[in-house]
Amino acid sequence: MATGRDEGLDVKIGLEVHVQLTALKTKLFCGCSANYRGMPPNTLTCPICLGHPGTLPVLNRKAVEHAMMVALALNSSISRQMIFFRKNYFYVDLPKNFQISQYDKAGGVPLSTGGWVEFAVNGEKKKVRIRRIQLEEDPARLTYPGTITTSSYTLVDFNRAGVALLEIVTEPDMETPEEAYFFLQKLRSIVEHLGVSSENMQGSMRCDANISIKGGARVEIKNISSFRDVRRALQYEIIRQKQLLRRGGAAKQETRHWDEDRQITVSLRVKETESDYRYFPEPDLVPVKISEEWISEVASKMPELPDDRRERFTSDYGIPEYDATVLTSNKKIADFFEECCKLYPNPKKVANWIMSDLLRNINETGIDVAEMSITAEQFIDLLKMIDEELISGKIAKRVLREAIRTGRSPRKVVEDEGLLKISDEKMIAKIVDEVFHEFEGAVADAKRDRKAVNFLVGQVMRKTRGRADPEITNKVILSKLEEK
Amino acid sequence: MITKEVVEHVAWLARIKLSEEEKEKFARQLSKILEYFNMISNVDTSNVEPTFHVVELHNVFRDDEEKESLPQEVVLKSARESEDGFVKAPRIL
Repeated sequence: MATGRDEGLDVKIGLEVHVQLTALKTKLFCGCSANYRGMPPNTLTCPICLGHPGTLPVLNRKAVEHAMMVALALNSSISRQMIFFRKNYFYVDLPKNFQISQYDKAGGVPLSTGGWVEFAVNGEKKKVRIRRIQLEEDPARLTYPGTITTSSYTLVDFNRAGVALLEIVTEPDMETPEEAYFFLQKLRSIVEHLGVSSENMQGSMRCDANISIKGGARVEIKNISSFRDVRRALQYEIIRQKQLLRRGGAAKQETRHWDEDRQITVSLRVKETESDYRYFPEPDLVPVKISEEWISEVASKMPELPDDRRERFTSDYGIPEYDATVLTSNKKIADFFEECCKLYPNPKKVANWIMSDLLRNINETGIDVAEMSITAEQFIDLLKMIDEELISGKIAKRVLREAIRTGRSPRKVVEDEGLLKISDEKMIAKIVDEVFHEFEGAVADAKRDRKAVNFLVGQVMRKTRGRADPEITNKVILSKLEEK
Repeated sequence: MITKEVVEHVAWLARIKLSEEEKEKFARQLSKILEYFNMISNVDTSNVEPTFHVVELHNVFRDDEEKESLPQEVVLKSARESEDGFVKAPRIL
């Protein structure tokens, strides 16, 4: 299989992923609810998250513990003492004109440093190193009346301001957009298995990407809202930077904005250097000491991670490692598989149907796995309908696609569309008679040529929209040919 | 040595408007302040733990328990303009 690598181009991709700690009830530094989705704007704020003078932030202990769980899961080494820094800049989404964040320079100590994530890309193992993980607050949410390009002003909702956010920074270890995509999938599966962040929630994982190719400077791409777009934005950048190279130029260091509508990256033309942020230790927060005991206590509460689950899938269900890898790359799918296996005795068959049909249809329809409406009971009901010969395997594929697209249960699709298999010999015989009448030439050929028999079977299938039992159809046709 | 250009840049970062006289004045004063810092930098601190905080406290936490937030109308009172419950702000890309 092609690696997708641009040999000799020396593509280096690094990611900066922001993961919202959505399992927390409250924000990072105040008791306002962090559950802002679907809430009226500016109803979940207080003097602390609005940055009013004279207020003091107080750190959410559970946020630190959830962050520690992620650090442990990514093999990152947790700092014995971490401190918060102020990152100073003016923007409408930042009520205090600074963000409480962490920093790894100027004496700063983030939550954790180092680590790695291992994942599979087209069956090949890939390891990406983690540079650091830090805890920070989310800015406010901005909306633009009309569209982002035509609106003349910004609407600000501070409900999101102060929500706990993890920033996970990788080393530039990825060489293809594909690898970046699968890294993100794995990371998402890990945080979901940990139960600290849910993909069910829009915007709970956001990502900036850095990319450089041979001879060019590092380009940062911001504003990428989905994993699919991370892949697209990187593909676009590789082409753009390759063209610069071909013309004898090279990419210059800059920040570019991913324009989702036009599917291109656009230069932001802002010159901001790191020193402009004037990082300094946050005087309103005291250092956090993390003892060995605290780490062990958190470690002892860690749930099963995707890698362990993959191993368990191969041993408990006897499915191949490849299948187990695909199934555990998404927590909801892994849960779905296990639920199905409780209802059905053949795990390999369940795995095949999930991988080849369920996932493919979900991808094709663009439905998010999180929004998938089919239940394990309904899915197994479909497999049982095949076993009981109520429908053929071919029809079942069609039923599943329809069920996923419309949200109806497979059983309902079969009933609504009248897709039950026709096994009644008399009924099939009637259809065969019709076909024989229509295709007299083929009937004559069929006595000598086996291929023409297949043609006749095909015509019966066409008339019954694939519902006729192929074996019975075959049998009826052959016996009718004998009579001729 | 702090130049007038550096003062202008820092003033821009802080969104402060300075007159020409102020720029000259602050360039002089800031240079002086940095000289003091240079003196401090000469002290050997290789065996001293960095002081991140002047109070000897650490691990001040709260539990993940929800508290009541401010009513929307109170919040919007501090905004110059609002629309449909949102704070209205200039558009910046």
